[in-house]
Amino acid sequence: MIEVIKVNKAFSGNTILNDVSANFEKGKVNLIIGQSGQGKSVLAKCMVGLHEVDSGEILYDGRDFTLLDRHERSKIRQEIGMLFQGAALFDSMTVEGNVMFPLIMFTKMTKGEMQKRVDFCLDRVNLKGKNKLFPSECSGGMQKRIGIARAIAMNPKYLFCDEPNSGLDPQTSILIDGLIKDITAEFQMTTIVITHDMNSVIEIGDNILFIYKGQNWWQGNSETIITTDNPEIGNFVYASQFMKDIRASMQEKRR
Amino acid sequence: MRNIGKYILMLKDVFTRPNKWRVFFERLLEELNGIGINSLPIVALMSTFIGGVIALQTASNMSSPLLPAYTVGYITQSSTILEFSPTIISLILAGKIGSNIASEIGTMRVTEQIDALEIMGVNSLNFLVLPKITAAIIFFPILVIFSMALSMLGGWISLVVSNLSTTEEYVLGLRAFFDPFNIKYALSKTVVFGFLIVSVSSFYGYYVKGGSLDVGRASTQAVVSSSVTILIANFLLTQMILL
Repeated sequence: MIEVIKVNKAFSGNTILNDVSANFEKGKVNLIIGQSGQGKSVLAKCMVGLHEVDSGEILYDGRDFTLLDRHERSKIRQEIGMLFQGAALFDSMTVEGNVMFPLIMFTKMTKGEMQKRVDFCLDRVNLKGKNKLFPSECSGGMQKRIGIARAIAMNPKYLFCDEPNSGLDPQTSILIDGLIKDITAEFQMTTIVITHDMNSVIEIGDNILFIYKGQNWWQGNSETIITTDNPEIGNFVYASQFMKDIRASMQEKRR
Repeated sequence: MRNIGKYILMLKDVFTRPNKWRVFFERLLEELNGIGINSLPIVALMSTFIGGVIALQTASNMSSPLLPAYTVGYITQSSTILEFSPTIISLILAGKIGSNIASEIGTMRVTEQIDALEIMGVNSLNFLVLPKITAAIIFFPILVIFSMALSMLGGWISLVVSNLSTTEEYVLGLRAFFDPFNIKYALSKTVVFGFLIVSVSSFYGYYVKGGSLDVGRASTQAVVSSSVTILIANFLLTQMILL
């Protein structure tokens, strides 16, 4: 479980996060949603230590990440897997090299054990036999799946996904969402997904945090987000005509 | 001043114990190839031609019969060992290696590969920069010795082909007043220059913000700044070691 307690962050006097508090539960897909520029990515970067918080606490199963030095943080970071928006694969390494990299750096596994683990992770994301390809030879969807395979290689307790569906077609997006949901349940991870994608919100949002003007404006799940009367949520969820039509038909059915 | 402070803090993170020595040595071999072996052709080309030009220009200015015939060889030897090979070759390498390092690390920064390393718990500065600095410190002196030999060879070829001197006179000049300390001085300078080129270029690449245009700008800044630091260091080292 990850707890964020009264986190504040400003850049050059411009407040981005204002007393944000939230709980992200184990074994669930926790979504952070909100319009662009509202502070969701900054919150996620603060949580993994890419940005330092100005004040507040970030607790990984009770361990305050903000108080740890580089060496102690490194230990917690080995329990974190992260899928980046652009996948952030090491382009000088093959698919296999990317997935094996954290194992080489942080485990004492033999070559054979590492190979077995890499094959398992690639198989888990439906990329069996793609070991020797380079990231530049892979499609966007494949790159995201390689990113997931690399993120789960160390069997992490916490998985962060930064806009996993950006730049992907709807079918591949559904595939990635399904994969994230399945591996979260399978490995009992605390998964945090930053997304704009309304399909993801509805499909995989066990726990949803809506960030607005740097604050945790609303927290709920994929069912309550549809029915909430919160106007800011309404503006976000029902921004497109397609979603407005869905809302109208749902209201019609209720009557 | 702020950049100097940031640079020193960067070095503090670079010079820490690697996560895994085996990985460090593998990366070191890659960098010895990238920084060292791949620089051999440009060093060979520049050294041979400039050595030839130094010898020709010296010979063309030796009109006085009072000057001994071996002077051309002596001047080629001393200017090559003291200044051309350590300093000019380092400036050339600042252009080749410096821009390469800044753009490589800068691209890793803007494509979030450095963030990925950090989140895994890898000290990215140590992982990326330490093997490059070590490779430069090991291989730059080898490149400079190679350059010295080739520029003297270039001088010999140009003189003999132009019929401006004989092999005996030229070799006598190369051996005249030879002071082995000058080699030590040149190699000491080279080690410092190698360190400066790699660390300054890594600094500009590592702290780049933005996109591909900014990586290009960082690459240019890296070359300019490492060239300026080489010139300043050259002046200071000459003051300290030779005078």
